[in-house]
Amino acid sequence: MIELSDVRKSFGAMRAIDGVSLQIRAGSMTVLIGASGSGKSTLLRLINRLIEVDSGRICLDSQDIRSLPPEALRRRIGYVIQSTGLFPHWTVARNIATVPRLLGWPAPRIDSRVDELLNLLGLAPSQFRGRYPHQLSGGQQQRVGVARALAAEPSVLLMDEPFGALDPLTRAVLQDELLRIQLAVGCTIVLVTHDIDEALKLGQQLVLLDRGRIVQAGTPRQLLSEPADARVGEYFGGSTLGQRLLGLRRVAEMVRVGESAAGAPIRATLNLQQALAEFLTRQVDRLPVADDDGRPLGVIRFIDLLRAPQ
Amino acid sequence: MTGASVPGSGIAVERRGAAIIQRRVLAVLLAGVLAAVWLLPFLRVAPNRLLSGQGVALDAVFDAARSGVWWLLLAPVSWLALAVLLPPKRSVDALTALAAAGLLTGVVALAGAAALRQTASMAPLARVSLGGGFWVCVLLLWAVGADALQRWQPGRRLGLLLLIGPALLLCSGALDALSLLKEYANRQDVFFTAVLMHLQIVGLSLLLALLFGMPLGLAAARWPRLDRPLFAVLNLIQTVPSIALFGLLIGPLAWLGQHWPATGAKGIGLWPATIALVLYAVLPIVHGMAAGLRHIPPAVVESATAMGMSGRQRFWQIELPLASPVLLSAIRLTAVQLIGLTVVAALIGAGGLGAIVFQGLSSSALDLVLLGVVPVVALAMLVDAGCAMAVGRLERPR
Repeated sequence: MIELSDVRKSFGAMRAIDGVSLQIRAGSMTVLIGASGSGKSTLLRLINRLIEVDSGRICLDSQDIRSLPPEALRRRIGYVIQSTGLFPHWTVARNIATVPRLLGWPAPRIDSRVDELLNLLGLAPSQFRGRYPHQLSGGQQQRVGVARALAAEPSVLLMDEPFGALDPLTRAVLQDELLRIQLAVGCTIVLVTHDIDEALKLGQQLVLLDRGRIVQAGTPRQLLSEPADARVGEYFGGSTLGQRLLGLRRVAEMVRVGESAAGAPIRATLNLQQALAEFLTRQVDRLPVADDDGRPLGVIRFIDLLRAPQ
Repeated sequence: MTGASVPGSGIAVERRGAAIIQRRVLAVLLAGVLAAVWLLPFLRVAPNRLLSGQGVALDAVFDAARSGVWWLLLAPVSWLALAVLLPPKRSVDALTALAAAGLLTGVVALAGAAALRQTASMAPLARVSLGGGFWVCVLLLWAVGADALQRWQPGRRLGLLLLIGPALLLCSGALDALSLLKEYANRQDVFFTAVLMHLQIVGLSLLLALLFGMPLGLAAARWPRLDRPLFAVLNLIQTVPSIALFGLLIGPLAWLGQHWPATGAKGIGLWPATIALVLYAVLPIVHGMAAGLRHIPPAVVESATAMGMSGRQRFWQIELPLASPVLLSAIRLTAVQLIGLTVVAALIGAGGLGAIVFQGLSSSALDLVLLGVVPVVALAMLVDAGCAMAVGRLERPR
């Protein structure tokens, strides 16, 4: 659990963070969004004290972060950045072992932890342990960056546009893996992005910032369907807002059980945005729905897309 | 093919179709060798060590050496002439390097043998020294060999391999009849103390320059505002001629020695020499350290901090290793520079090989000057090659 109360930070005359209060639930994924210069990266760096607050309090598990030496605090918090910041003169294994070594773990424990993390991130240890960062692709480098951040089993993981430099395909794969990893590891993740679709896909809590203040914080559905003011709708792209809202709901929520329709069934795990695409390409108003194993569940009608969200 | 990596020859072929001369560098160097042995005296014979004597051309040298063995030298000569016409190929380069090494060794051996023949028939004080033809010939053959080695094994510095043959000849005593070696024989004990002293001064100055230069470089990289005044001062020192700087330090240090004898300070000798050399050496070290630290990506430094490294851990584990290739290049430059500058330090009584050089100059004995200069050049080459290897090793894993 991370608690920010009335946090302020100025750089000269510029108020980068202007009175932010926020609660981040343990084990949740919170995504900070906003335009460039809105203060989202600054807010992230305040949490691991790469930047110190001017006033206000930040508590990690009810403990003021200023009561700890910054080095000790940072070793409990994983940190991933867009350009990975891997140490170019160290092998993958040595990079991942950075924090465990700082904490003085015994060598066998470090070794097994490195292998465990490489496996978790889909990199075969025998193949990748001894490589240097420049011998890896961009996606592999970022996987190592995530592994390094997770190495000492931190309770919090801070990520600053971690997938921003990757191609769309690799980015999507890593987003899925991040969701899987969070389920497996159960740590609290605070992620900064300027990619709206990434925010909607990953975030359990979205925090929209503008000029150092929180415009709105809540679930993706809340931000899309109950915007606090005009800036929220504007940020989520005006005319495409409806489609983004559809993207948050699954076909399974809308299935009419007992009905049937012709054609190849669509899977219930698709979201409504993907279902809309199916309706439009097939030029029909009814689609059969099946589960992942292909068992028929029922039907979804075109008009169902317009039903108000529950 | 290796055509692209062979400048000069490969491009010439592409441009002019079927060119006859495939290796222009080699052709030019060989022409230089021919001109040198044709126009300049290969050896010089003088009635005593102070006179410059009469030149002896290469054909006369062959006569003097009086042995059919020397016709063997025609083998590498004809290979080198043939190689000029052969297409760029690694195997040709390897053989060319071998031929150059063989010829280089042969030329040195020839000089030694001819000198032995000459001195046998002359007055005891007479000297046979190496002539301009010999030096140009050796220099150009070394260039031929180094060039061929570079093409054969690109990126690896194997130039020193060419010195193995001449070095073995030197150790075997085959060159003892040369005036240079006679000067050495007369001053054997002084020579080794001088070499040791030279290395000591260079080592001490380099160590002190590192001790002062590295923190200053770190400071310059951390606080950009310090950068300009610091380099202004260091550049100013660099513009003071070395003799002047050595002289300028005599006064203050003599004063210091008089008033605080406990410091051991003296106006001449090791003290002012070391201080002046350190002042010169600090600039490249500070520069190398600051440049090395500045080229580290900021994200790497930020990551190190965010992982929970303390300032000290970050410096020793991340910043210093990543800055070290640039720093080592600076150390290499500085060491070579110091080896040369230390010669001048002998003027204020610091000792070293410079003492031999100046003794030779003052008595106008050219071979004694060479006895001081040749080891300085050899030391500089050795140190340069050693540092280059270290830099190469450091840069490999990245």
